[in-house]
Amino acid sequence: MKTKVGESPPLLQLRNITKRYGTYVANDSVYLSLEQGQICAILGENGAGKSTLMKTIYGIQQPDEGEIVWNGEKVAVTSPSVARDLGIGMVFQHFSLFETISVVENISLTVPGSLPDLSEIISQKANEYGLHVNPDAPVHGLSVGERQRVEIIRCLMQDPKLLILDEPTSVLPPHSVQQLFGTLRKLSERGVAMLYISHKLEEIRDLCHCAVVLRQGRVTGTANPRQATSAELARLMIGQAIPTARHAEAKPSCEPALTVSDLSYDNPDPLGESLDSVSMVVRPGEIVGIAGVSGNGQSTLARLLSGEIRLQSDMASRIRVFDRSVGDTQPGMRRELGVTFVPEERLGRATVPAMSLADNVLLTAHRAGLVRKGLIRRRQQADFADSCISGMDVRSRGRQSIASSLSGGNLQKFVLGREILLEPRILIVSQPTWGIDVGAAAMVRQKLVDLRDTGTAILMISEELEEIFEISDRIHVMYHGRLSPSVQARSVTAEDVGRMMMGEFDQTMRAA
Amino acid sequence: MIGGYALVQRSEVSLKSIMLVPLVTFVLALLGSMVLFGFLGAPPLEVLYRLLIDPLASAYNISEVVIKAAPLILIAQGLAIGFRAKVWNIGAEGQLIIGAVAASVIPITFPESQNILMLPTMMLAGMISGAAWAGIAAALKTRFNASEIIVTLMLNQIAVQILYFLINGPLKDPMGFSYPQSVSFPPVAMYPLLSGDGVLRANASIFVVVLLSIVALIYVTRTFSGYTLLVGGLAPSAASYAGFSAKKAVWITLLIGGAAAGLAGVGEISGPIGRLQPSLSPGYGFAAIIVAYLGGLHPVGILLAGTFMAIVYVGADGAIIDVGLPPAAPVIFQGMVLVFYLASFALVQYRIVRIQPEARA
Repeated sequence: MKTKVGESPPLLQLRNITKRYGTYVANDSVYLSLEQGQICAILGENGAGKSTLMKTIYGIQQPDEGEIVWNGEKVAVTSPSVARDLGIGMVFQHFSLFETISVVENISLTVPGSLPDLSEIISQKANEYGLHVNPDAPVHGLSVGERQRVEIIRCLMQDPKLLILDEPTSVLPPHSVQQLFGTLRKLSERGVAMLYISHKLEEIRDLCHCAVVLRQGRVTGTANPRQATSAELARLMIGQAIPTARHAEAKPSCEPALTVSDLSYDNPDPLGESLDSVSMVVRPGEIVGIAGVSGNGQSTLARLLSGEIRLQSDMASRIRVFDRSVGDTQPGMRRELGVTFVPEERLGRATVPAMSLADNVLLTAHRAGLVRKGLIRRRQQADFADSCISGMDVRSRGRQSIASSLSGGNLQKFVLGREILLEPRILIVSQPTWGIDVGAAAMVRQKLVDLRDTGTAILMISEELEEIFEISDRIHVMYHGRLSPSVQARSVTAEDVGRMMMGEFDQTMRAA
Repeated sequence: MIGGYALVQRSEVSLKSIMLVPLVTFVLALLGSMVLFGFLGAPPLEVLYRLLIDPLASAYNISEVVIKAAPLILIAQGLAIGFRAKVWNIGAEGQLIIGAVAASVIPITFPESQNILMLPTMMLAGMISGAAWAGIAAALKTRFNASEIIVTLMLNQIAVQILYFLINGPLKDPMGFSYPQSVSFPPVAMYPLLSGDGVLRANASIFVVVLLSIVALIYVTRTFSGYTLLVGGLAPSAASYAGFSAKKAVWITLLIGGAAAGLAGVGEISGPIGRLQPSLSPGYGFAAIIVAYLGGLHPVGILLAGTFMAIVYVGADGAIIDVGLPPAAPVIFQGMVLVFYLASFALVQYRIVRIQPEARA
């Protein structure tokens, strides 16, 4: 947007921002200008330099070259506290909350005020923006989705002039997205500018005034998202049209691979998610999607299925793999039966952050002949890692790359590749494309469909409705620890599933 | 908080700076001890010479260094395997004592024996009993989630009291004029000396230690079991996801640590001491914790760090007599090594930043 002569200078200007890590250029001479009240989308694939640029604006790191101009004055944003003082707030993609203390205590670390007062304001903001969260809940008991809500609230409490949002909607249900957008538009009308990172092109077209596209650290284009189509935006971003997953009609066999019958679980953590009489069946050759806003029991279900939480032995038959009762067995036992898992936390659960990709392969692939007589077979380990990296197009500096150095999308491709190479009979995957760019997400979905076509039974837990519809054959919805009956993905509308996500299947069930 | 300083995590930590940590630690600890002992009237350069050069200046002193290095390295190898898995065994001193006490029963029962299997049997008994003693902590940890730090620490005291009771009772030499010590062990209960003349005390236990260090190296770098322990230490959720049992990790690491310490106990009674007596170790079990960390929890690093620590032990012993340092000098030096190690390691991972007074509410 152009500034009229005589008007106040832009709120934020970036001039020639360059940031290098060794020989790798994360940001290469980036220019950007943002007016008050403007919502600007930052588009780009993972590794395009979006996060680096945002961290520079928020003072987490310093640019090697270039300057930041705030309200017409050159500023040195040397730390996040300087940024906050200027009026810059940031909602992180990776959460920056302390696990051992409560929501309100976390917020009190950056926002002045007594705890009771803050609790009051939190509840108020939570209601205002539809971001439901209990101020006194300890953070370790919160789901990923709830943690992000806390991050958003924390920023809103500081009445920022510029808000940096790193994929804020990825964990919100559809109607809350609209509610949040209402809030963001209201903030925009009051003059708050926003930098909005998202992979959801429809959202960007809906919300943003302008869009800046980054590719390989450089600004490669700008667009008016209201006039451009999603396909045009995607092309700008990845340099080619996005492929959608080929998805032929499933041909499931009738023998169930994974059977869950009347599974209830009382979570000993009072703030954890419990399950209430969950039943479902997954057959070889089909993808069953579980939709629902996270925090409704999905992570507990995933851990019960993987064996990270184990049932009492008298309940073991509530979870069956083919005809074996496995509810009380160790994860290793279930893997022996041909079940593999891709959990939602890629870093720290699906991989060891400080270890190389080669060593991370061993985590679950040690069964695939990588260990003999207790000794690690380095050759086989390297071969497995290499075929995983090349087969999934994992962009890294090879198998010796440290897991935490990979972008989210590449790490997810690595994890999925590892689990697929194990030739599972059942694959259980949570949030397969959470926070990864469209190119990687499309590939992940295609791989899941391909795997299904080889006769693998796939259970996919995801909050992205589009994804559920794109590749599932049958859909369940999870709400408050209960699981809806399944519906055929091809004969149900997004609105129906959206209503079920708000818990309306109970009525449907009763009516039926 | 009104202004001040804070530690901020560095985004990148170079391998070179991590390798520099032990070196910086040594230099600072040496400088610190020169200053500190200088205040006590010892000429600083003399202290430096005594601590570092003198221990290597004669065959006798080198032999003493070997005697002290053996238990330090052995215990540290065992502890490091636990520390890598974040299992904190602070009870190596007690495990050493129990290992020595249990093994001593054999030569005390058969003081005239000439059976050459006696030493191997004692080594086995020492390892099993040391492991069993550490196993108490493992059982309490896995059954009741009792902190292994507290349990192993307290078991040290119990081990000492058991030693005192037995050495004043059933294991006391009846012909020993009521001294609290056992009979002298027969030659078959002793590690063979490295030199035949009987002047040098260094014995074959150092070969056992080097051999077990190689085993430790293979274990942590080549075996799947060692890998699972490391995963458990670095990322417990990933271990749980992969199905590596946390309980098993607690058991394995404590049993290994206990066995190593118990074997080190046998090394003392079957080496320089030659009998059971109330004082078996000048705190090897605790000093080995420092050795393990100084060695970067890596078997090769531990070999070097243990040797260095033994040199300083011997040097300080000499300095106590010759330069008139207080008897606490070696412990003070160890303390300085630990503090400087922790400080330099922290500064490698974090940097100090000034906090603006108005930046925080």
